[in-house]
Amino acid sequence: MKGSLATWGNRLHSGEKTYPIVAQRKRWFAISGVLMAFSVTILVTLGFNLGIDFTGGSQYVVANVEDVSTAPAEDAVAAVAPGEQPRVTQLGENDIRVQVGFLEPDEQLELTEALADAYGVPTEDISFDQIGPTWGAQVGQAALQGLVIFLLLVFLVITLYFRAWRMAVAAIVALIHDLLFTAGIYALTGFEVTPATVIGFLTILGYSLYDTVVVFDKVRENTANLQTQNRYTYAELANLAVNQTLVRSINTSVVALLPVASILFIGTWLLGAGTLLDIALALFVGMAVGTYSSIFVATPLEVALRGNEKAIKDHTARVLAARESGEADVAVNTDGTVRVGALQPGHHQGVGSQPRRKGRQ
Amino acid sequence: MSKVTNGARRSLIWLASILVAIYGLLAVGALTGNASWTPGLALDLAGGRQIILTPVLEEGATQEIEQSDLEQAVEVIRDRVDASGVAEAEITTQGNNIVVSLPGTPDQATIDLVSQAAQLQFRPVLLVGSPSATTTESTDESSVEPTAEPTASVEGEEVTSSEPTPTPSASEVANVVTGSAATEAEPSASPSPVLLDTATDGSDDESVETTESTTPDIETTDPSSFEWLTADLTAEYQALDCLDVANLAGRPMGDPDTGHVACAQYGLEKLAMGPVELTGDDLETASSGPQVNAAGSFTGDYEVRLQFDSDGADKFGEVTTRLVSLEEPRNQFAIILDGVVISHPTVQVRITNGEASITGAFTQEEAEQLANQLKFGALPLSLEVQSNQQISATLGADQLQKGLIAGAIGILLVAAYSLFQYRALGFVTIASLLIAGATTFGIISLLSWGLGYRLSLAGVAGLIVAIGITADSFIVYFERIRDELREGRSLRSAVDHAWKRARRTILVSDAVSLLAAVTLYLLAVGGVRGFAFTLGLTTVIDVIVVFLFTHPVMVLLARTTFFGDGHRLSGLDPRQLGRDTMYKGRGRVVRSEGPTLAERKAAERKAAAGGETDADADDASAEGTGEKKESAR
Repeated sequence: MKGSLATWGNRLHSGEKTYPIVAQRKRWFAISGVLMAFSVTILVTLGFNLGIDFTGGSQYVVANVEDVSTAPAEDAVAAVAPGEQPRVTQLGENDIRVQVGFLEPDEQLELTEALADAYGVPTEDISFDQIGPTWGAQVGQAALQGLVIFLLLVFLVITLYFRAWRMAVAAIVALIHDLLFTAGIYALTGFEVTPATVIGFLTILGYSLYDTVVVFDKVRENTANLQTQNRYTYAELANLAVNQTLVRSINTSVVALLPVASILFIGTWLLGAGTLLDIALALFVGMAVGTYSSIFVATPLEVALRGNEKAIKDHTARVLAARESGEADVAVNTDGTVRVGALQPGHHQGVGSQPRRKGRQ
Repeated sequence: MSKVTNGARRSLIWLASILVAIYGLLAVGALTGNASWTPGLALDLAGGRQIILTPVLEEGATQEIEQSDLEQAVEVIRDRVDASGVAEAEITTQGNNIVVSLPGTPDQATIDLVSQAAQLQFRPVLLVGSPSATTTESTDESSVEPTAEPTASVEGEEVTSSEPTPTPSASEVANVVTGSAATEAEPSASPSPVLLDTATDGSDDESVETTESTTPDIETTDPSSFEWLTADLTAEYQALDCLDVANLAGRPMGDPDTGHVACAQYGLEKLAMGPVELTGDDLETASSGPQVNAAGSFTGDYEVRLQFDSDGADKFGEVTTRLVSLEEPRNQFAIILDGVVISHPTVQVRITNGEASITGAFTQEEAEQLANQLKFGALPLSLEVQSNQQISATLGADQLQKGLIAGAIGILLVAAYSLFQYRALGFVTIASLLIAGATTFGIISLLSWGLGYRLSLAGVAGLIVAIGITADSFIVYFERIRDELREGRSLRSAVDHAWKRARRTILVSDAVSLLAAVTLYLLAVGGVRGFAFTLGLTTVIDVIVVFLFTHPVMVLLARTTFFGDGHRLSGLDPRQLGRDTMYKGRGRVVRSEGPTLAERKAAERKAAAGGETDADADDASAEGTGEKKESAR
């Protein structure tokens, strides 16, 4: 089992191995800041590749066709609605998707029949979807409204639970970081944004917070008795919490990503674009980013924010002064840094260690 | 055994009884033929048509669309769809939208029916009769002859039991209209009805075939005159069967300038009426409340108050002036919503100030319902089609199948990873996941039976994603146990301590997830809801499973030799977790052979740097691994 996650976890737990994530927070903030700026720039310049649910229009899906060439569909559209520029794509193994602009009801029926003829399938096998031009705005608005209300509620819950509003701020900044970053990736790659993608985005909220809350819970546990000890600073204990939950973060992320990855796999090879694939793609990107942010953004930011609290500032000064004077009861690593590890309970040392009465025969 | 294990057993028994209850209930449902073992599928999986409509007010309208109007619109659409004979249609509201789901491939006529706006009309009543179609011609022919004495023959032949009487104690139809400020009676002028914009009415002339010569002129004829009962209308009146549900909703509103026949709500009566005198445009709003008599005290009855706009008040004044002096039933006016007469109160006084109230033996609900219907009819509302989606059953089945494959692969991957990471503990994860899956499936099937919940593709996606998120809480718990083991506890006490801490973490993080799901469910539109629902449901089930299965099982397993002694494959081997010694209780300490972690490290460092004793000593003490010999008290 040498070199396994469990052993690595042991070393992280005991503080034998530490990644100075909190100490290097300027670096992570810089990286995230650059990524954010980049995402926003892309979002503003490129924008999303919006699906027809947002732009309005009609979409046909012909299922289980023998011949997946696009020509019959183009001909059918040209015959029914000559002015339209159809976008015909193959979905998965044997489905054809045709996207056109807005059609009148009779044109709609005509095209259904024309497509059925062209591909030799019964009309019942043709799905269509006609979206009005204002529907997408409504979906987007509802999502945005939901997002804002959710953020407010989360702020309240976290503030109440951790009794520190700065933690809530850090968690929410990490959340916005995830959303922006995911949106940036979408704009950059040109993945289509559909209502299903929006579902995915909104789920990222829940997941990213779940991850952050678990890390914060450990931070809180480690720093619960902060003021009664003078060994370690708040930042060091928070960093220990991040390190101690690293294995858990990796395990939960892998486990959460596995089902999503399986949808992505099935979706890409067998199903083609659709609700499942759109949700899974947004989730996959968002969960990966969420894991990063709960480790590298949320906790360092929380430490940076709370470092300004007077009690914590004073405590940090006290700890550093104690170290300076050499009174601090801490272990020091070979490179001179203070070793921060889990406090270990003592053990029964055996009767041999009990004090003996002297001078007694 | 101890209290702890008893508690654990009790939890497991609880879980078992919950599962038995769910599946027992489902079995009862399935055996009696009401429920099915599998959840009902939404349109995107089962195939069908989904139309999302948004009610839009005309520009310049002063009213606002309220929730009750939306519900009324749903009611109207539901009545229409039921009347058209389409089975298993689902009409719901989502935010400001109305979602109509029709199974199969409905024809264009059905779809037009759904998106058509409902209209409100006020017409003077000419005849009221029993609901069934009357085919006997001998007496009817004479009775409806416009020149005949109508009241006598109507009473004699048709209106026997259901003839409205103006006493408030009678049935719902015994409503009267009173003005809140009845002015002194002016001499009733022969009214020349100022008629309304006829273009607003989508008149379907297939049912009201206005006979060429006999149709009275709208400008000159009294709207309450029996001249409106043309031969065609009479025939139609006789043929109309109000016991047939098809006639109880979505019927054509008729040409506003001719007479019309329609059924009363619930098919209790049928009515023949004169031309339209007022429409919903003339009505400002309507409300309901307890009736107050002149002395200002409550009478115990409920009334529906109508508020006309200034134009409507003038017209209504003319109508009531004319009707108040007429005989039964011509002193009534019919209020028609969406082709059905929702009320036909008798006019008792002239009402010129545009504020009328309908009283009668209303219950509070009935009054509210009528007020809502009127208020809805007063809205200049049109339904805008936002999304019109037809999903073929083949495509839906395909998506479901692939979705299930994806779910199965997801479960297998998670199971494999858990076994790899947690060894035998992985089986606890797998069992917990299976239990969670069984509970979720059972509850969704039950909900689909009891509340008509339908599983959509987005819902399936939610379920698959939930696999990972559910497994997360087990990982949080297991990692906590490992942490406690690392700190030197025995497995039993590690499970105890880890549970106390992990429980809190799991609860708060699940609370956040649930918060996300509920917010999404309440605010989002379209497919987001199905997803949010399954995500929220699985979050709750996750908590149940962790509390009633995973933890109790861990408590019991901690007492087995395999786990308790930290077998190499148990996933809880203290040696793998860096604990070479483990306190076994009763003063016994188990330790493995070989140097401890700290000793090994110290040795390495000595070899490397040759004697940095200070740091090593500190390391060793910080590590605190009891290197002392095994000892017994």
